[in-house]
Amino acid sequence: MVKNPDNFTPGHTACAGCGCAIAMRQIVNALGKDIIIANATGCMEIVSSCYPRSAWSVPYIHVLFENVPAVASGIVNALRAKGNDHTTVVCIGGDGSTYDIGFGSLSGMLERNEDVLYVCYDNEAYMNTGIQRSSSTPLHASTTTSQAGSVVHGKTQWKKPIVEIVAAHRIPYAASTSISFFADVEKKLKKAQAIRGSRFIAIHASCDTGWRHETDLAYDVCKLAVETGMWKLCEYENGEFKMNYKPAKLKPVEEYLKLQGRFKHLTKEEIEEIQKHVEEEWKKL
Amino acid sequence: MVVKTVEGSFAVAEAIRECEPDVVACYPITPSTHIAEDLNRMYADGEVKKYIAVEAEFSAISALIGASAAGGRAVSTTSSQGLLLMHEALFAASGMRLPMVLVVANRAVSAPLNIWGDQQDSISQRDSGWIQLYCETNQETVDSIPIAFKVSEETRLPAMVCMDGFYLTHSVEQIDVPEKKLVEKFLPKFNPEIKLDSENPLSLGVYAMPSDYQSFREDLELDLQKAKQSITRVQSEWNNLTGRNYGMIEQYMMKDAENVFVAMGSVCGNAKEAIDQLRANGEKAGLLRVRAFRPFPFGEVAGALNGKKNVAVFEKAVSLGGAPPLFGEVLCALNDLSRKPTVSSFIGGLGGKDVTVNNVAKIIVKIKDGEKRFEWV
Repeated sequence: MVKNPDNFTPGHTACAGCGCAIAMRQIVNALGKDIIIANATGCMEIVSSCYPRSAWSVPYIHVLFENVPAVASGIVNALRAKGNDHTTVVCIGGDGSTYDIGFGSLSGMLERNEDVLYVCYDNEAYMNTGIQRSSSTPLHASTTTSQAGSVVHGKTQWKKPIVEIVAAHRIPYAASTSISFFADVEKKLKKAQAIRGSRFIAIHASCDTGWRHETDLAYDVCKLAVETGMWKLCEYENGEFKMNYKPAKLKPVEEYLKLQGRFKHLTKEEIEEIQKHVEEEWKKL
Repeated sequence: MVVKTVEGSFAVAEAIRECEPDVVACYPITPSTHIAEDLNRMYADGEVKKYIAVEAEFSAISALIGASAAGGRAVSTTSSQGLLLMHEALFAASGMRLPMVLVVANRAVSAPLNIWGDQQDSISQRDSGWIQLYCETNQETVDSIPIAFKVSEETRLPAMVCMDGFYLTHSVEQIDVPEKKLVEKFLPKFNPEIKLDSENPLSLGVYAMPSDYQSFREDLELDLQKAKQSITRVQSEWNNLTGRNYGMIEQYMMKDAENVFVAMGSVCGNAKEAIDQLRANGEKAGLLRVRAFRPFPFGEVAGALNGKKNVAVFEKAVSLGGAPPLFGEVLCALNDLSRKPTVSSFIGGLGGKDVTVNNVAKIIVKIKDGEKRFEWV
């Protein structure tokens, strides 16, 4: 399904079963050689670029945690100023940099409609620093900074709807996809690459260490997220919303939750609360 | 030569334009704003290629990093809080060895909020691995723009050109703004070997383990020290073209001086006037102006102060709880001298507090008694 990856090469140090490393391979294989990757600080930077080695055989730059959209803005403006109107500048950031610390920089880039393709690999917490909650962490999930104790029972807030927020900037293209839907990922990346202006794709990608599931379950867990309605495959093309996959009947969220240690403390009521929320959201579509 | 009567900020913007930057990225902040506005006007008129109107100074410096990494000539301007907001990325720019120029219109930092001039903002960035040039006049600031680009691109070190906010940025005076033809002759096209290029992929900004990290930092330090040679040579090339000569330091009436005022930036104009007045009364007063604060010209400073009786180091910045920054560097420079002058520290001019000719003259007269002083003026 993933062709022999020559642009994100084996030898990187991602954990066994890492869903995000799958996303990296999907990105570089879909987008080809004429790209420049600007990567925020995070797991994928750490596992791929320890001096003197690099897993990237396309041009790659890492600067800091919270500024990758601004770095990419500088890259693309310099390229265009120097007459290069073909290279695709691609940002890669986790949910930490995208939803939280780099959100101002992202919003600025989107408002300016810079000619940049931003890809967020969303593993729903700060995994690089050891599994702390982000604004992408789902309700009730336990992380090291949203612990499941006797008084506070995991994260007490809902996940931030990043794709809707990004789309509200009225950029030409915003989408969400999942590592488990290979054709959808590839199609969206290629479609986005062909568009000029700011484009945004969120890829749901599991972290077996942080989600606490078996190392061979990345694909199944992320697939279940879509089949239960916990994550959706959708796109906003020139402001027009479209669902790309709508299961005839949603599976119960419990099927998704029960595979993961981060949800194992959930009470029946808490599971029902999530189920109800998903159904309400689904009705709006 | 075209001498114009023009505001300092606008002359600086013109000098930047003549250096043909690929990318300008700015966020407005007093007193640097006029430079950014004028660069944007030039962009609107097609005279500047790209102007990124970023949403914060942190993004301005980050865009410069991206632009420079992609092989573009990149420039920005800021002041005070804007420069402090850039702090983290300043270290990344120098650590990644990316050439770029940042014009700092020096201003006090909060709190309390104050928009007027001192040098606390850029002095606080002294450990960030940037070249820092402090200018006395608008002519010097304008000349320092092509000089900074050339030095930065030669040494692969980012460079700050520091001009006192309001005193310089908003002063209208006669300035010879270098013409494009002259700048073209002086400043080669920027075409770095190491850059982001899809035909020649490489990885930039990778992380280093303890086994490698320190050697990167050591290289950076050695190269920043070596940048002194580049600054000296490039400034002499500029002198050949324009007749305007800048050193790492400037000495004024120093030959037979016994009591020396040491300072940086526009206050040195008043200091020269004060020294002229004191000399008219037979006082052996002199000025040592430090132009390059980074890399710090230890040898030049030691040479200039060797054998002097008393030195007053005046500065518009504080290192709270520690040695005043310029004072500390000067003491360090004098460490190996056998005949050390008595060195006093004077802090003043903070937040736009006036430093008059009379203030300077009083300091120089005061230090004659050979007492060591730590005073706020």
